[in-house]
Amino acid sequence: MVDHLFRHQAGRMIAVLTRIFGIHNLELVEDTVQETFLKALQVWKFQPIPDNPSGWLMQVARNRTIDLIRRQQKMSDISEELRLRLQTGTEDAIQQFFLDTEIADSQLRMIFTCCHPALNTEDQVALTLKTVSGLSAAEIAKALVSNDATIQKRLYRAKEYIKEHSIRFEIPVGQELHHRLESVYTVLYLLFNEGYNSSKADELIRYDLCSEAMRLCKLLTEHPVGNTPSTYALLSLMCFQASRFDSRIGDDNSIILLEHQDRRLWNQDLIRWGYYYLNRSSTGDHLSIYHIESAIAAEHCLARDFASTNWKHMLKLYDCLLEYKPIPIVMLNRAIILAQLGLVEEAIGIIRELPGIAYLLKHHYIYNAVLGDLYSKAGNITEARGLLENAYELTPSLAEKKLLRGRIERLPH
Amino acid sequence: MKDFMFVFRGPTPEDLKMSPEESQASMEKWFGWINQLQQKGRYKGGDPLMPGGKTIQGKKPVVTDGPFAEGKELVGGYFILSAESLEEATELAMGFPDFEIQGSVEIREIMKIPMHP
Repeated sequence: MVDHLFRHQAGRMIAVLTRIFGIHNLELVEDTVQETFLKALQVWKFQPIPDNPSGWLMQVARNRTIDLIRRQQKMSDISEELRLRLQTGTEDAIQQFFLDTEIADSQLRMIFTCCHPALNTEDQVALTLKTVSGLSAAEIAKALVSNDATIQKRLYRAKEYIKEHSIRFEIPVGQELHHRLESVYTVLYLLFNEGYNSSKADELIRYDLCSEAMRLCKLLTEHPVGNTPSTYALLSLMCFQASRFDSRIGDDNSIILLEHQDRRLWNQDLIRWGYYYLNRSSTGDHLSIYHIESAIAAEHCLARDFASTNWKHMLKLYDCLLEYKPIPIVMLNRAIILAQLGLVEEAIGIIRELPGIAYLLKHHYIYNAVLGDLYSKAGNITEARGLLENAYELTPSLAEKKLLRGRIERLPH
Repeated sequence: MKDFMFVFRGPTPEDLKMSPEESQASMEKWFGWINQLQQKGRYKGGDPLMPGGKTIQGKKPVVTDGPFAEGKELVGGYFILSAESLEEATELAMGFPDFEIQGSVEIREIMKIPMHP
C-alpha cells in the first residue's frame, strides 16, 4: 500500500462527510470515518488486498452515510447544502459529493475552515492535523512534542468555537479569500518549520510533518482557488528547505547551520522542484514574503559553497525581506551578509543596536557566535573570545560546540 | 498433508482505537503474513467473524446476547491451512501479527473422517 494511504484517505473522507452532515456534526463525521477503518481492519485481514483500497474505503463510508441519512430524524442532522440537494433523491444527492472534483472542493473547505482567523494559531494547527491530515490526538502530540491532554483541549476548543459561532464550511470569496489564504499559508509554514527546526521530536516524525505540510500545499496548487503565485512560492520555499533536510542534522541530533552543511547531501530533485515552483510563482504583481524567502533559499542552492554565495544579490533580497519581517533574526542575517561584503564594522554596529540585544545575547547562542566571529574578523580578539565562549555555553548542540571550540582555539593569542 | 485451523483471539478493533496510520500498519503486517503463507502454498482460506452474536447454554437452554467470551478472549476469525505436522503449523503461526496487541492463536488439526471406515 502507498505510504500514509489510510491517513490521507481519512482526511478526504472527513472532508466529504463534513460537507454532507455539516461542520456542526464533526464528531459524528469522525466517528463514521473511524467505523470505516474498523470495518476495513476486520475484513481485509482475511482477504487478498482489494485492487483499489482507497475506493473501497470511500465506498464503505458512502454506504454508511446513506444509511445514516435515511435514519436521520432532524433537519439539523445534515448540512444545509445537502438539504437543498435532497430533492433529487437521497442516493443521487449523496453520490454527487463523492465525485473526485467535489472531494477536492470539500478538502479545500476543510483546510479553510481549520485555518479560520477566529481560531488561535495553535488550535488551527491541531485541527488541521486532525481533520485534514488524519492524525490522532496522540500522534499530533508526538509530532508537536506536546501531550495528549493539551492537544485534546485544543481540538475541543476549536470544534466548540466552530459550532457556537456557526462558522461556515465553505471557500470564502473576494477579499476574504485572500485573507484566508494568508492564514492557511501561515499554518502550513508553521507545520513545515515545526518539522524542520524542532530538535526535540525524532527525525522520522519531523520528516513526516514537513512532507505533510508540502502535501497540503500541493493540494492547494491543484485547486483553482488555491493555485495562486504565493502558494507556488511557499511550495518552492518548502522544496528548497526540504532539499537540505539530511544535511541539517548532525550525528548528535543537533541542527547544523547552513554555513557548515555538507552541500553534497542536498537533494537535487527537490532543488529542481523548488526552481520549477518558483518559476510558476512569478506571475501577477503581488510579491509575498514566501517569494522573497524562496528566492533567498534558491540563492543558497546556487552557490557551490557558503563563501561563493552571491552576497550582493542576497543583500538586496534581505533588504526586501526586512520590510516584511523586521525581526532581530532577519536583521542578524542581513548583518552577516554585510560582513561578507567587507562591511564588518557596520555589521557589528547593526547587531549591537538590535532591539533587545542584551536579552538576545544572554539567551541565544547564535547572536554571540555571529558577533564573536565579526569581532575576530575586525581584530578585536578579547571581545571575540568572550562572545564565542558565551555561545559555547549557550548552544545545546554538540556539533556547534565543536565548531565553536575550534574557532576559539584558532584565535591569535 | 494435514489441515489445520488457526483460531484468532484478541481485543476487537473497536477496543484498540487505532488511528488511520496505525490501522494501515496493522493491515500491512497481516498482508505480509498471508502473502508468506500463500507463497509457501499453505494458506487455504479464512474468514472474520461478525462482532456480536448469541450464546446458548444450560440444561434449560438460555439464550444470551453476544459471545460468551470477553475482551481479549474473543474469537475474531480463523484461517484454514495445510501443513506437514502440528510442529510446522505452529511454526507458521509464529508469524501472527497481533501478539503485541494481546492477540493469541489457537492451532488445531482438523480431523479427517474417512467416508468408509
